Amino acid sequence: MIDPPFTPEHEELRSSIRGFIARELAPHAHSWEQEEWFPDEVFAKLADQGLLGLKYPLQYGGQGGDYLHDAVLIEELARIGSGGTAAGIGAHVNIATPPIWKFGTDQQKERYLAPAIRGEKIGALAITEPGAGSDVAALRTRAEQVDGGWLVNGEKTYITNGVRAHFIVTAVKTTQEGGHHGISFMIIERGEGVSSSKLQKLGWQASDTATISFQDVFVAEENLLGELHEGFALIMANFQWERLAMALGASGAMQMAWERTAEFARERKAFGRPLSGHQAIRHKLVDLATSAHTCRCVTYDALRRFVAGEEPLREVTMAKLLTQRACFELMDDCLQIHGGAGYMREYWVERAARDARLGPIGGGSDEIMREILGRVLAL
Amino acid sequence: MAATAESVLKPDFQAKRRHFIFTDEHEQLRESIGSFVTKELAPHAEEWEETTFPDSVIHRMGELGFLGLDKPESLGGQGGDYYTSLVLAEEMAKAGSGGLAMGVAVHTDMAMPPIIAFGSEEQKQEWAVPAIKGEKILCLGITEPDAGSDVAGIKTRAVRDGDDYVINGSKTYITNGHRADVIVLVTKTDVDAGYDGFTLFLVPMDAPGVIREKKLQKLGMHASDTALLAFQDVRVPASAVLGQVGKGFYHIMWELQGERLIGAAGCVAGAQRCFERTLEYAHERKAFGREIGSFQVIRHKFAEMATKIEATRQMTYVTAWRFNNGEYPVREISMAKLQAARVGVEVADECIQIHGGAGYMREYGIERAWRDMRLHRIGAGTDEIMLEVIGRSYGL
Repeated sequence: MIDPPFTPEHEELRSSIRGFIARELAPHAHSWEQEEWFPDEVFAKLADQGLLGLKYPLQYGGQGGDYLHDAVLIEELARIGSGGTAAGIGAHVNIATPPIWKFGTDQQKERYLAPAIRGEKIGALAITEPGAGSDVAALRTRAEQVDGGWLVNGEKTYITNGVRAHFIVTAVKTTQEGGHHGISFMIIERGEGVSSSKLQKLGWQASDTATISFQDVFVAEENLLGELHEGFALIMANFQWERLAMALGASGAMQMAWERTAEFARERKAFGRPLSGHQAIRHKLVDLATSAHTCRCVTYDALRRFVAGEEPLREVTMAKLLTQRACFELMDDCLQIHGGAGYMREYWVERAARDARLGPIGGGSDEIMREILGRVLAL
Repeated sequence: MAATAESVLKPDFQAKRRHFIFTDEHEQLRESIGSFVTKELAPHAEEWEETTFPDSVIHRMGELGFLGLDKPESLGGQGGDYYTSLVLAEEMAKAGSGGLAMGVAVHTDMAMPPIIAFGSEEQKQEWAVPAIKGEKILCLGITEPDAGSDVAGIKTRAVRDGDDYVINGSKTYITNGHRADVIVLVTKTDVDAGYDGFTLFLVPMDAPGVIREKKLQKLGMHASDTALLAFQDVRVPASAVLGQVGKGFYHIMWELQGERLIGAAGCVAGAQRCFERTLEYAHERKAFGREIGSFQVIRHKFAEMATKIEATRQMTYVTAWRFNNGEYPVREISMAKLQAARVGVEVADECIQIHGGAGYMREYGIERAWRDMRLHRIGAGTDEIMLEVIGRSYGL
């Protein structure tokens, strides 16, 4: 039986995405990782398949589906075998474009969302700064009102698609006061005063994670996204989906890594029998399968509730917390089962372990997730 | 006024909490069982640790219709779905007595299902009907002094003698073994037939030759009576065979699936109860001038526990959903059982830690929760057996 909330229609979509990824993306994963860059045409290819606008309305070129269709895509992106590539696509689909869809004017949707769905314009979301990560209230990038718009000055960092993005959905301070109040969002196009520098990382090599600096960047009035000073609402609105997306991504990656490792353990011989014939290895694999299954169950519950219109803060936070750590641990165990081969770059597994390590940090660290849950429990 | 997380986003922590497998009827049932457990069972939990719970609990639960929730109406049951038995297992945890919950579960979810699934009409009338009423108590005999996880190593023999069978052997760790009126007994009828040589019998516990040897003392589950039983030339008619001769192993493997899933639900509920009590304690107990729950390290312990419990609950519910829809999901059941038992023990241990010295003391009941919970990693198939079952399901 198909696990709720998915239906046969979603499973059809899944198999078509899986085929597309196997043909068009996965074969290049290794070289994109080596080059520390995946080509922009990946977005065009995804757009040809309609995959950049699954949940977006037809009028902007989307498929008119919903979050569940995106959920399928996110799970399947793990099968590219390049966390960085999946991250670049994910940043575009899951975090950069949703605020425009939800808070944008018709004109903004025409100018940014529609070409983003067509794969012509690539988006990034910029919140984190060198001095403000989990603590959003400490943002310092500021926008000063000038004739016809604003002048933006400041620096954003750890921005996925930060080098390639054509437009950057950016959180700025529009008042001097501290706290959550006085944050606004602006859609900033790459142009004069915007410069990016690529960052080197433990994993996610194919992704162009960057520091972006804004020096006297003029942003026209019509590029204010959502209400002035009310940007915090916009941040919070998408956090749930972003975290749910991370949980789905981890769940998909765990599934794939487990399948590959089990296959390896059945084929690889040691002491005259397959690795899986050794009880310690067999039980380790079963623990991993159980962990992957647990992660899927808790994630799907959060997904069901999210799609049903609940505000499942508790469930999403739990899913994010559980899956990210579990995914990294699973990858590390898969690496162990592969032995020396696991340590070598030519196999997929050391990369998967490096890629998975971001999970407990990105999208709100494990520590932040526990703080949120502590508040939910009134502690 | 400054916008805060609270004023901008208003998640609804309480509403719509219900999982999709449950309906209003399940919630009413939950309320009615919960209130019975809280009023009539929980107040005696400590006393029953010393004396074991009285048979009157079974009688009372029979009167209230709680022993046949998912059993056919034709036998006096309520005719509910599988989820109703899940609700019972969850609500029983509120008694705070693992031994009591186990004694009732052995009756309703371990010994009774094979009688209903494989029994003749006469057997159902003789045993299942009064068991659902709470007038007769059931137990199940699988484990022997020399055969636990390795069911194939069972030595209790049933030998055909004219129209009868004569049974010799012994069974141990038998829950309800001292109070039961009848035992669903796993025997070997053909020593050369391997897995096809087992047969189940319904043996009245007052039959000549059935000897209740001793009450076993245990780490936990003190409210439950656990027996070592001997069978010496016990003579039963062929009509005492339960199900098919030679199919006992498969009958019992089927039974174990339901038992394990119910056990998983019980573990999750037990962990939840421990968690809630400890949460209460963390709000009250002060150290270094503030509530211990407000220390970040303690707060994060709660966040971790809540996450583990919730994930395990989801696993159990989704598996129950498959089971209720006619699947026989051995892999998922084994995973739920493995995970729930481990999480239960981890949570209970963490709750002891948060309680500090008080957690180590009997009066708080937290150390008891750990002692009771610890059985679940062993009973109904050890962690290691679960791992083997799951591994085989992947062809490993």
